[in-house]
Amino acid sequence: MSDGIEIRKTYKLFINGAFPRSESGRTEPVHGPDGRLLAHVAKASRKDLRDAVRAARAAQSGWARRTAYNRGQIIYRLAEMLESRRGELTHELTRTGVDGSVADQDVAGAIDAAVYWAGFADKLDILAGSVNPVAGPFLNVSATVPPGVCGLVAPARLEALVSMTSAAIMAGNTTVVLAGGDVILAAGTLGELVATSDVPPGVVNILTGIPADLHGWLADHEDVDLLDVSGVPDETRRDLETRAAENLKRVSATAGARDLSTALAFTEIRTVWHPARIAP
Amino acid sequence: MSHNEETPRKSGSNPAERFADYVPSIESRDIVSIRSRNGLLIDGAWVDAADGRTFTTVEPATGEALAEIALGGTEDVDRAVAAARHAYDSVWRDMPGAERARYLFRLARLLQDRAREFAVLETIDGGKPIRESRDIDIPLAAAHLFHHAGWADKLDLAVPGMRAAPLGVIGQITPWNFPLLMVAWKIAPALACGNTVVLKPAETTSLTTLLLGELTREAEFPPGVLNIVTGAGDTGAALAAHGGIDKVAFTGSTEVGKSIRRAVAGTPVRLTLELGGKGAHIVCDDAAMDQAIEGVVDGIFFNQGHVCCAGSRLLVQEGIADAFVDRLRDRIGRLRVGDPLDKNTDVGAINSAEQLARIVEHVEGARQEGCEVYQPPCALPERGWFHAPTIVTGVGGSERIAREEVFGPVLTVQTFRTEREAVDRANATRYGLSAGIWTEKGSRILWFANHLRAGVVWANTFNKFDPASPFGGVRESGFGREGGRQGLQEYLTLAPVR
Repeated sequence: MSDGIEIRKTYKLFINGAFPRSESGRTEPVHGPDGRLLAHVAKASRKDLRDAVRAARAAQSGWARRTAYNRGQIIYRLAEMLESRRGELTHELTRTGVDGSVADQDVAGAIDAAVYWAGFADKLDILAGSVNPVAGPFLNVSATVPPGVCGLVAPARLEALVSMTSAAIMAGNTTVVLAGGDVILAAGTLGELVATSDVPPGVVNILTGIPADLHGWLADHEDVDLLDVSGVPDETRRDLETRAAENLKRVSATAGARDLSTALAFTEIRTVWHPARIAP
Repeated sequence: MSHNEETPRKSGSNPAERFADYVPSIESRDIVSIRSRNGLLIDGAWVDAADGRTFTTVEPATGEALAEIALGGTEDVDRAVAAARHAYDSVWRDMPGAERARYLFRLARLLQDRAREFAVLETIDGGKPIRESRDIDIPLAAAHLFHHAGWADKLDLAVPGMRAAPLGVIGQITPWNFPLLMVAWKIAPALACGNTVVLKPAETTSLTTLLLGELTREAEFPPGVLNIVTGAGDTGAALAAHGGIDKVAFTGSTEVGKSIRRAVAGTPVRLTLELGGKGAHIVCDDAAMDQAIEGVVDGIFFNQGHVCCAGSRLLVQEGIADAFVDRLRDRIGRLRVGDPLDKNTDVGAINSAEQLARIVEHVEGARQEGCEVYQPPCALPERGWFHAPTIVTGVGGSERIAREEVFGPVLTVQTFRTEREAVDRANATRYGLSAGIWTEKGSRILWFANHLRAGVVWANTFNKFDPASPFGGVRESGFGREGGRQGLQEYLTLAPVR
C-alpha cells in the first residue's frame, strides 16, 4: 500500500489535440497559498504559440464546415466532461488559492457557459443572419461566417475561459487560448476535457504559462484574425490594439458574457446576391 | 439612304474611328450653381474655418478650379464635436424615433426633388459619368435615407430581446469615389439611431456633401445634428483622434484605416472600417457569355474602377479563356471614354491628377514585370485626367498589379482549371471585400460563395448595392457592415431587456 504518496500530474500544454511540454523546456512553478509546490506547469513559448496558431489555422475550415448542430453537440459534450470533473476543477482552483465558494461558483459557471453556447450554435444564424428585401430580382442572404483563428486572452476565471472558448468555437472559429494565474492548473485539465469531447485537434489550443509574456506575440501574429483582450490589463490594451492594427485583427473584450453581443463579436457577415428571388 | 452608302462601316476597324461620328448628348450645367466660397456646417450655420484657410476643388474633366472650400482644422473639429454633443444631449437622443424619422424622410424627399441637380454636381466635381450619378449614386443615396428613416421608430425591434440606444457623437469620414452615396450610407443609420454626426467628406469631392448640408437646413434639422467639416487628411485625422466622439466610421484606403485603428487603440471609441479590395471575378465555362462579358466590364470599368469592391481580378476557366478575353478586348473598344457630362459616356474622368499618376505607375509596373497590357485605341480628351480601359494578361499572381489595389480602370486576367484552383487564387490576397461568380449551375454558385473569403459575393451580377443589404469586408478590407439590420447595429448599443 502506498496510498499516502500522491501521484502528481504533469501539467502540459494542449496543442493540436496533443499534450506537449513547451518546446522551450521551460516550466512555471505553481505554489499553493501555503507555499507548497503544486506543480511545474509547462510554460508556453513564442514557438509554442506559433505551433498553436498553425494547428488552429489547419483545423479552421473543417470545423467551420461542420453543421451548427454538430458543433453544438460537441460543445455539450464538453459540458458533460466539465460536470464529470467538477470536483477536480474546483480542487485545482482552491489549491492555487481561490476561496472555496468562489471556486464552486466559478466551476458551476463554466459548466453553465458551455451548455449555453452548445445551445447557441444552431440559433446563431437565426439571430444574426437575414434575408434582405433588396429592390431587385435577387435572393439576398446575409449569413454568419467565423473570422477564423481567434487569440483569446482570458481573465483568470474558469467561467470566462470556458465561455470565451465555447462562444468562439460555437461560431466556427478555432482558438489559441492563453491561461495563467489562478486558473493555470484548471486550464491544464481543461485541455484533457476538450480532448475527450470530440473537439477535433487544433480547434482549441491552450497555452499555459504567463499570458503577459505571450499576448504581444498573439497581437502581432499575421495569421490570427481576432484577438479577445478580456484578460489584458487596461494599461496594456492600447499597445496590443495598436499591434493588432497591422493585419486589422478584430479586437474584442467579451469576457465571455453570455449574450448575443459576445456571439456577434466572434462572427462576421457574408452577404450573397443570388440570382432570382423568393417572392409572392 | 445615301448616308449609308457614303460611310460604309469597316467591321473590326479602329473602334475610335467607328464611333467618331457619334453625336454627343451633353447634360446641361445650368441646373447647378456652385458657390465660389464654401464654409463649414457647424451647429446649423455656415462658417469659415477658424484660421480662415481654404483649399481649391477642381473639376477632373477639365483640370479647372471649381470653388474654394474651407479647410477645417483642429479648432473647427472641436467646435463641430461640441455642437454635435450639445445637439445629442439636448434634442436628438431623446426625440421620439417617429419624429427623427420625419426629418430623415424629409431629407430623402428633398434629395429626390433635386436629384438632377445633385447628379450634375456630382459628375462635375468627381468626374463620374452622368449616367452613373443620375441612375445610381443619387437614387441610391435617397434610398438609404428613406430606408433608414423607417428604422428610427423601430430600433427595439432590430434585435429581439435587446433594448437599443444610440452611441453618441459619431465621426464619419467618406471617400471620393461615391461622394454623396457614401455620405448617405453613413449619416442615414447614424442619425436614425439617435446619434449626431461630424462628417468629413473627401477633399476632392466636397460639393454634393455641402449641398446635402444645405438640404438639412431646408429640412429644418435641429442645429448640430449633422455637422460638416471639410478638409484634407489632417482634418480627418483630427476628427478620428478626437476625444469627444464615441465612434469613428471610415471608408477609404487600408493604409489610412490602419492609422485610424491605431489612433483609437486603447480607447472605448467604436470603429467600423470599409477599406480597400482586390475583388476576384470568376467566370466558369458554363456561364452565360453575353451577360458575363457585360458583368465583368461593369465590374471593373464602373466609375472608372474607383470602386473598393471592383472586380479587378478576372479569373476565367481555361477552356473559354482565349475566346472570352478576345470578346472582352472587343467590348472595351466600344466603351466611350470622355466627357462625364455626356450621357453616352461609359468611362469618365479619373478623380485627380494624383490618382491618374498612381494608375499609370501601376500599369507601367505591370509592363516591367512582364505582363501584357492591352488598351483599345481610343482618343482621350486633351485636358482633364483620363485613362483608357486596360486589360493586363500574362499575369501569374505575384505581380504588384495582381496584388495591390489599383483603384482605376485596369483589369488583370488569370485562368483556372478547377474550382478549387479558382478559389485558391481568389483568396490569395490580404483583402476580402467582394467577389463575383458567373455560372449557370446553382450548386456551383453556392459552393463558390461558401469558399470565397469576401464580405459580399455577387452571383451572375456585380456591383449591386441596396440599403437593405449589409455591405463590408473581412480581413484587411476592414470590419463592420453598412446597410441592413447588421449595419444598423453598428450605430447602437444593445442591452438585454430584463
